[in-house]
Amino acid sequence: MSKPAIKVEGLWKEYVIGPNPGVGQTFREVLTESVLAPVKRLIGKGAASAPEERFWALRDVSLAVAPGEVLGVIGRNGAGKSTLLKILSRITPPSKGRIEIDGRIASLLEVGTGFHPELTGRENIRLNGAILGMSGADIRRKFDEIVAFADVGTFLDTPVKRYSSGMYVRLAFAVAAHLEPEILIIDEVLAVGDAVFQRKCLGKMGEVAKGGRTVLFVSHDMAAVQNLCSQAIWLDAGQLRLAGDAGDLIAAYHRAGSAQTMSDLLKAPRPSWAKPYIARAFCEDAEGRTTARFAFGESLTVVMSLQVPAGVEIKRPVMGVVINHAMKGVVGGVNTRMTGFNGAPAKAGDYRYACKLSPIPLLPGNYAIDLWLGDGESNIDHVSSAFEIAIDANDIYGTGKAPFGHLGVIYLQAEWSSRRTVETDTIVV
Amino acid sequence: MTWSENTLRNNPVRPDGTAPHRVPTASVTTVIEPPHGWKTLDLEELWCYRELLWVLIERDVKVRYKQTVLGSAWAIIQPVMMMIVFSIFFGHLAKMPADGLPYPIFVYAGLLPWTYFANAIAASAGSLVGSANLVSKVYFPRLVVPLSAAGGGLVDLAVAIVVLLGMMIWYGVGCSRNLLMAPLLIAGTVFIALGVGLLLSALTVAYRDFRYVIPFLVQLWMFATPVVYPASLVPEHWRWLLFLNPMAGFIEGFRSAFLARAFDWTALGISFAVAVAMFAAGVAYFEKVERRFADII
Repeated sequence: MSKPAIKVEGLWKEYVIGPNPGVGQTFREVLTESVLAPVKRLIGKGAASAPEERFWALRDVSLAVAPGEVLGVIGRNGAGKSTLLKILSRITPPSKGRIEIDGRIASLLEVGTGFHPELTGRENIRLNGAILGMSGADIRRKFDEIVAFADVGTFLDTPVKRYSSGMYVRLAFAVAAHLEPEILIIDEVLAVGDAVFQRKCLGKMGEVAKGGRTVLFVSHDMAAVQNLCSQAIWLDAGQLRLAGDAGDLIAAYHRAGSAQTMSDLLKAPRPSWAKPYIARAFCEDAEGRTTARFAFGESLTVVMSLQVPAGVEIKRPVMGVVINHAMKGVVGGVNTRMTGFNGAPAKAGDYRYACKLSPIPLLPGNYAIDLWLGDGESNIDHVSSAFEIAIDANDIYGTGKAPFGHLGVIYLQAEWSSRRTVETDTIVV
Repeated sequence: MTWSENTLRNNPVRPDGTAPHRVPTASVTTVIEPPHGWKTLDLEELWCYRELLWVLIERDVKVRYKQTVLGSAWAIIQPVMMMIVFSIFFGHLAKMPADGLPYPIFVYAGLLPWTYFANAIAASAGSLVGSANLVSKVYFPRLVVPLSAAGGGLVDLAVAIVVLLGMMIWYGVGCSRNLLMAPLLIAGTVFIALGVGLLLSALTVAYRDFRYVIPFLVQLWMFATPVVYPASLVPEHWRWLLFLNPMAGFIEGFRSAFLARAFDWTALGISFAVAVAMFAAGVAYFEKVERRFADII
């Protein structure tokens, strides 16, 4: 079959940004302006309103998805992934361009859309099913399956406001998982529930993906994309940067890193006591390429350059690196002194320090790096959040299952073993 | 059935650039294009979403009196209390004429359609903003939301009408074949409520100012409608002006239907014409701005 299931041609989407997005004015302004504008034009003041600020969330995106293909959509936050999905789902219209979709389409941009806390599980299944576009007959036919998948048991006739958050999410996903469209659009809905349920969801998604359905899957979870998708596209700043085989694309994505890989730190904010000697800092990957984006399990080298001004001597330089997580606080830190590394005394000039961490002991997520410079026991310079790095999920164990970000921040290199400790069948009674 | 087995049926692209979301045939082609100009109401698509409309109405009705002690009795208490207050102040103290009827039943018969109308406007006007999470996450004809909000009130109206029937027996008035007109009058009231409600709901999405306009508008409108006074109070040569307000015609008609008075057919005719026109205007405006909702809500 040559006709694509989804064909997108020259898609553009413009958003108006400002205090009142999309409207730009209050009703009073609209009224007064409609009265005043002709007057102003008469007395030659021209149209008074300032031009609204606009930005293109999508710029000339074209793509085709073959029937039965599972396409991953990757890109940084704000790259236009969600906008693309919203347009395909017909939630928001495009500004330019044309899309043709062949087949019944359903989209899951969120689980549990429209769930009402006062209604029971049973009532919410019906409500949510209808919202997602299932017919009454569909819902009745799938009802038992949904209940079984959600595993809410005796709580079926309890208002969902009394549910634990885990049960709530399970029920919500269960309804969504039983949609049977020809084309399914999914946006990161897998990031819900506990680890056990996540695995169940991934399994279900894999089933859907392998069931000959056309799927568009957006995620930050590279392991899931790699596992579920054969093809992928990479959106960058609203434009289609690359399209092709999912594995290759993810590799390229990891390599590209972020645009701001190197920070000029001389003007960075510092505490009042600090002398700005730490001039620049960045990260390198195992091959020595500058990047801020690492695949989970790779190695990472923090590189700092020091500018010591004339007339200053640092007798016993101590460099420190501290890794922070926005929500979970300090993750860990290390300095030259504690590891027994002694740098040569630093006089006027430039110095480079590198600190290799191998493998990066961090789970997928975003981390900020603080830098310290001292002379023996005294602090000289400190830059907090000198730069940020992102660790992307990656199929490190080769099982298609990446460790979950909510399991903390530390990557555990585990070696498992098992043996039988009691051999019951040989015990003679 | 697999995709390749389906025969492709290309639906003609309509001026609005969309095609039905879910039609009974196995394969459909949806075309998405930028919106341009006015579009016509897509009844076929709306019909496909009747399940959603029904479920949303059910939700509103179920949720309304959840965790209240008196439950659905509130549907009766509200108009009955109003009737008592109005009977004391207007009927008893101000000696308001009531076309020869007992004032309590006269005012109650007027209050029922009015209460429905006022609640339906308020509910549908706020409905889109109240369902912002739905509108920004799922596609469906947006019309479903204000329609369901206005539909939920019909249950309360039905309950209140039972009380009216009881009062008719108590006072020994009404019970004529005029009652047959009641469904038509209720339909007219629904139309006008939807017309106003759709317009206000779409406007509220962009301009929250309308949240503050609505209570005020409803209050003023009530005085321009013969709810607590009879239309006969207005001098005859000015009465046509009163009936330009379609609620005036429907409320007088409602009284005629339930209290066995003669119908004022001219007034009813004007009211129906205005109601249909307002409904059409409400739908047209709503459909024109519908696709922008998710961006600005």
